[in-house]
Amino acid sequence: MTFAAAATHGFLSPAGVEIAFLLVGVVTLGAAVITVTTRQLVHAALWLVVALGGLAVEYLLLTAEFIAWVQVLIYVGSVVVLLLFGLMLTKAPIGRSPDADSGNRWVALAVAAVAAASLVWVVVDAFRTTWIDLDGPAQGSTKVSGEILFRHWVLPFEALSVLLLAALIGAIVLSRRDGEEPGKVPASRTAPAARGGKDSSSGRADRSAREGNS
Amino acid sequence: MHLAYPAVLAVLLFSIGLYGVLARRNAILVLMSVELMLNAVNLNLVAFDVWLRDTLHAGQALTLFIIAIAAAEIGIGLAIVLMVYRNRGSSDVDRLRDTAETAHGPDAPGPHGGTSTDREEKAEATA
Repeated sequence: MTFAAAATHGFLSPAGVEIAFLLVGVVTLGAAVITVTTRQLVHAALWLVVALGGLAVEYLLLTAEFIAWVQVLIYVGSVVVLLLFGLMLTKAPIGRSPDADSGNRWVALAVAAVAAASLVWVVVDAFRTTWIDLDGPAQGSTKVSGEILFRHWVLPFEALSVLLLAALIGAIVLSRRDGEEPGKVPASRTAPAARGGKDSSSGRADRSAREGNS
Repeated sequence: MHLAYPAVLAVLLFSIGLYGVLARRNAILVLMSVELMLNAVNLNLVAFDVWLRDTLHAGQALTLFIIAIAAAEIGIGLAIVLMVYRNRGSSDVDRLRDTAETAHGPDAPGPHGGTSTDREEKAEATA
């Protein structure tokens, strides 16, 4: 009987879950503060990894396993790598950059402090007497998530895949160099072919192949 | 667990992201702060879904959708930032003031006197 009762809990007692949630929350908040205040741009991206990973642990403590692993895969795995690529492609300085914050940081600090104070007051006042019951089967296991996603949420899921495709094509179109219409070869590409020599035949073949494709 | 713990954590994360969006100058750091705000919303959705024991699990489904949309947003946003950087040579948000109205109106010459060269640069950038 005690074994069955222990099996319905996680490996942490309810108080242990709360303590772990608070500790990981403090780490997450600290990493987020360093992310928005550090003057080294690459370090900001790396502290963002800590903040997002801490949030994944919070999802695990809230028994939403699938979301936690999706968070690790997509945010820590791909979004931060994309941000690092963006920092390097815009030639961000590696060391300290003194102009990382704009001049209105005190106004921003005041706005954020007012927003935090009012929202914390409202939230604490509203949910003073509510408790999350974390016992019972996990509510976000992969089985449960797959069932609800492909039984009740199939249509938004498919629409989202179309949106991802549109975003992908949009990013490709945006990041191409200008003047590269399909079928029209830009001057920089034809320059080695026009300069003649051995390259001309291969350049012409390349160009005809490209025109044949289009 | 007390519901106020995840709710307060989400509120504080959202406020930190708000400060970052308003105070940062580099456009990529602004995008990072937007990610923090989106994650605060995700934490709220998951916490309330677990609290309400929703049979449809709308909160978790919405969280997955928000994560996918955030990935799409960061891709498009980085493409736009890279294009701005290629045209202007910097990705600082508060230097992109082409559509700002000056005190003399949008068509009057600005206070610096170098407006014609600025306008030529703008024409080159938009061409």
